[in-house]
Amino acid sequence: MTVSVEVRVQEHEFDTGAEFGLLRADNHSDGATTIFVGSVRDFNSGDPVTALALEYYPGMTEKVLADIGQRALERWSLGRVRILHRVGQLVPGDDIVFVGVTAPHRQSALDACGYIIDLLKTEAPFWKKESGSGRARWVESRASDHEALEKWR
Amino acid sequence: MIRILFFASLREELGCEQLELPVAGMGDISQVRAALQQRGEKWAVALGRGNLQVALNQALAGDSSTVKAGDEVAFFPPVTGG
Repeated sequence: MTVSVEVRVQEHEFDTGAEFGLLRADNHSDGATTIFVGSVRDFNSGDPVTALALEYYPGMTEKVLADIGQRALERWSLGRVRILHRVGQLVPGDDIVFVGVTAPHRQSALDACGYIIDLLKTEAPFWKKESGSGRARWVESRASDHEALEKWR
Repeated sequence: MIRILFFASLREELGCEQLELPVAGMGDISQVRAALQQRGEKWAVALGRGNLQVALNQALAGDSSTVKAGDEVAFFPPVTGG
């Protein structure tokens, strides 16, 4: 099986089951699959959230996601990497991001999945604007997201 | 010409999504930023923020990255995806 990185940025929702199927299809060399799915919460920093708008940088965003996937491939022995991210208008409960990794063994799959989402949060050009309580606000970046990178240095 | 893009809160604050600047006198990103800051108080403040990120031709860049005609430069606030 050839090693691969697939990335997609899209407005419509994704089907986590179907994405898992694509990670596993004709893949008999990888014994481990990890999936991370991030979803919209109805509260952030104590404020209610009723809607979320996601903006991105068409072109650069896809390049950064592909580069993060490649760096994971160079660091661990992996099979397939799939990174999906939604943009546009979302509501609480919607899934925003999908990271799927297959590997011969579980530790590589678990570590690479965590690495990819940690890098995505600090490097990929996406911006969230939350609405709730009658007002809209741009989400601030979190120091904890940058601190999470320390474990991958 | 150099194409300049602004994203998210910066785009809203400036009321501008993109513009073009003549390349004359632009050696690097810091000079592009300085030229934009000349456009008025709002521009001087917004583009002076220390946490702004800049990309040159869709890759993260620094103030000393060299620019040339046809380049695409983007300014944006810290990213908040995932």
